[in-house]
Amino acid sequence: MSNKRVVTATINEETAEFLCEPRQTLLEVLRDSLNLTGTKEGCSNGNCGACTVIMNGHAVVSCLVLGVEAEGAEIQTIEGVSCDGSLNEVQSAFLEGAALQCGICTPGFIMQTEALLAEKSNPTEDDIRFYLAGNLCRCTGYDKIVRAVMAAAEQRQVTTG
Amino acid sequence: MSTAEKPSYKVIGTRPIRHDGVDKVTGRALYGADIKLSRMLYGATVRSPHAHAKIVRIDTSQAELMPGVRAVITSEDVPEQGDRVVELGEGAVNMRHLAANVMAREKVLYKGHVVAAVAADDVHTAEEACARIEVEYETLPPVLDLLKAMSADAPILNDDIRTESIGSAPSGSDQQTNVAKHFMFEKGDIKQGFADADIIVERTFDTAMVHQGYIEPHNATAHWNADDKITVWMSTQGTFSARQQTAELLLMPVSSVKVVPMEIGGGFGGKISVYLTPLAALLSKKTGRPVKILMSRTEVFEATGPTPGSHMRVKLGAKSDGTLVAGEAWIAFEAGAYTGSPIGAACMCVFACYDLPNGQVEGFDVCVNKPRTNAYRAPGSTHVAMATETLVDELCEKLKMDPTEFRIKNAAGEGTRRVDGPVYPRIGMVETVEAIRDSEHYKTTLDGKFCGRGVASGFWFNVGLKSSVSATVNSDGTVALVEGSTDIGGTRTSIAMQLAETLGIAAEDVNPVVVDTDSIGYTDITGGSRVTFSTGIAAINAAISIQEQMCQRAAILWETDAENVRYEEGHLVGPSDQRLSFRELAEKLRELGDAVVGYGTSGSETQGGAFGTHCVDVEIDPELGKVQILRYTIAQDAGTAIHPSYVEGQMQGGVVQGIGWALNEEYWYDEQGEMHNPTFLDYRIPTCYDVPMIDTIIVEVPDPQHPYGVRGVGEVPICPPPAAIANAIYDALGIRMTELPMAPHRVLAAYLGRNTDD
Repeated sequence: MSNKRVVTATINEETAEFLCEPRQTLLEVLRDSLNLTGTKEGCSNGNCGACTVIMNGHAVVSCLVLGVEAEGAEIQTIEGVSCDGSLNEVQSAFLEGAALQCGICTPGFIMQTEALLAEKSNPTEDDIRFYLAGNLCRCTGYDKIVRAVMAAAEQRQVTTG
Repeated sequence: MSTAEKPSYKVIGTRPIRHDGVDKVTGRALYGADIKLSRMLYGATVRSPHAHAKIVRIDTSQAELMPGVRAVITSEDVPEQGDRVVELGEGAVNMRHLAANVMAREKVLYKGHVVAAVAADDVHTAEEACARIEVEYETLPPVLDLLKAMSADAPILNDDIRTESIGSAPSGSDQQTNVAKHFMFEKGDIKQGFADADIIVERTFDTAMVHQGYIEPHNATAHWNADDKITVWMSTQGTFSARQQTAELLLMPVSSVKVVPMEIGGGFGGKISVYLTPLAALLSKKTGRPVKILMSRTEVFEATGPTPGSHMRVKLGAKSDGTLVAGEAWIAFEAGAYTGSPIGAACMCVFACYDLPNGQVEGFDVCVNKPRTNAYRAPGSTHVAMATETLVDELCEKLKMDPTEFRIKNAAGEGTRRVDGPVYPRIGMVETVEAIRDSEHYKTTLDGKFCGRGVASGFWFNVGLKSSVSATVNSDGTVALVEGSTDIGGTRTSIAMQLAETLGIAAEDVNPVVVDTDSIGYTDITGGSRVTFSTGIAAINAAISIQEQMCQRAAILWETDAENVRYEEGHLVGPSDQRLSFRELAEKLRELGDAVVGYGTSGSETQGGAFGTHCVDVEIDPELGKVQILRYTIAQDAGTAIHPSYVEGQMQGGVVQGIGWALNEEYWYDEQGEMHNPTFLDYRIPTCYDVPMIDTIIVEVPDPQHPYGVRGVGEVPICPPPAAIANAIYDALGIRMTELPMAPHRVLAAYLGRNTDD
């Protein structure tokens, strides 16, 4: 369409250039234009957290960000949390702790956890529950997710000293 | 904990990493919305703004003129079904109703009912085109209240419905009605039973319509090929059920439809019926291109299959020594627009936890102008557990009996006949109550002025049904396991573990895949807590077949007869004590005859039944009426826990859904039948900040119908929470809550009302 804009952003540490209409959300651009379908759509109105990505160091729900707002931004998606093909501490903790069932909310939880651990390396259970309250999971009852985040924090402290 | 001498297993009871896990923590797993095909179009739907109206006229001309619009369909494009009733795996379905639910014909019966659909080059164009379709309606009075809908002078939703009687004499009436079904179950003599009772309790309960709340909205992509073969990619709980529904709706042979299962982002019963699939297929037929349609969250709330609201009157009688002697229940469920609520199951579940000598249960399936309801985790059982378990608590209070003692005294056991007829095989109801009674939680005193503790039990049947698997031995000693059960919560692994146990190999050496309907034998839905049980049996049968074939291959190698070769713990043992591991023989298979492929099927109707007992501590804010869950313990009979982490996960997830149903969740309808909270902001499911850790006690009373004793675990954990929380609120404040959800305003009103009465 004629009203498309060219947007340039850094996505998962690589420069990405894409065309987008002003009305398209970052979520739509990531999934449909850039094929980064690991970011999930659950509600498209900011209530479920399934589309959480990290933008300029902050966790955002990508359904409430316009694609054009990504101009010049640094964005990390689930595809970029571990670029070398291995799993990072958070991904491993979710896997080992059985902290997922259907898995649709998992990328969003992992991104939100990354943001939490960047802010607070040693969170309490209450910190975790407060910080992750914007991410909905309907399968697990959250028990194993909260424990996985605790385990990931501990593991990351060991790794980073 | 274990209640019997446990066989020693090598794989069962361990906690391997799930086979699909890496894909799901890296974002690589492909769900229904993730598919992209060459020349694919995007669909959108036009939906009714009214709850009840006649469709006078639909004008699609403006939409069709828009650039980028490729096709528009209305009910004229959907084949006429006539009077056909078809068995669709979860019971018989009236095809005219199913077709009309997919695309309204003549009348719309709920807000959000589809009246037209568009395919366009992109989703925004499709949505703009939908806005340009003009629909003229003649509005009719909406029927929203259950009891009013049952009255003789209520406006009628479906002119083809007459009351169907199940277990009672047919009404014989040719009267049009909204009461689609009438159930009646009786056992013993309830008049005498209540006459013998020293204490009788009776209350009326109401529960609101609630939604499964899966995080992934419905989706469907379809391609109708030039050879009339239709391929569907979708998120579904049952590929074969989706195939049949789609084929029947399109009046095509089932073999012309192939359903490719994508990963599924939660279902809980709500992803069995098809909604978008036939529309995508018809749009594809018109355009010759694949068409993808995704639902919005609001469409999911307004127009999929939530679980009914209910109105129930239940009465229980007991002797002064605590023996239950009689029970009576009258239960009405909102079917939604078309018949099909789980009222039958509710009638069977209402007294299912107890050995009740005299009972009568009457149930009604009632059409109202709300979306057609559907299964939701132990469908119907949570409603009735709220009623019965609250009354049991009241009996305990009046009898001054401990709630665990009362339940143990009256628990259903092996040989107990339920009111609706079936006699229980070995079940674990008593064991779950004992587990709660003996738990650290129950033994710990709860202090605090506005704190209280509640206990409740629950039952779900668990079904068997049909499954198929095939399994091929690879030359490196691993096994490729092919199955038809879509995996929502880790069943690839629980099935693979049973195959591995039977073959004596590691769970990691089995590679399970879920495939499309052309690539595996018939498999019923992932529902009814059946997959680990039934597909598990199919996998065990496939493994036994592989054992036999491996013995034959070893016999060729050792130049003996197959009957001289034994299969022992993952090894082949020959007559002269020759010994090869599974892997060692697999490596030699190339020279030893045909490929080794095991097939397995299963098809039993029933399982042994699942029971659970829960204990909850709450604290209530007396100024806000807000109920906080302080501590929660669930004890559940899993038969044999194959993968304990995922058994715990089902228990914890079910409990938290039950907490949401108990405290927050409900459809808020206005008088015109418009739902006012169709978003996750206003339809508030529990967040992790609302709940504590959920402590689990896995009770294991093996089901003799499964080789390893498995019982399904998925559904029963949702049943007890509302009643357990209601009983805890009573313990804290002395008020009996009889309406769900027990939202702050209701708790506060009841609490203030009690104070006024004092």
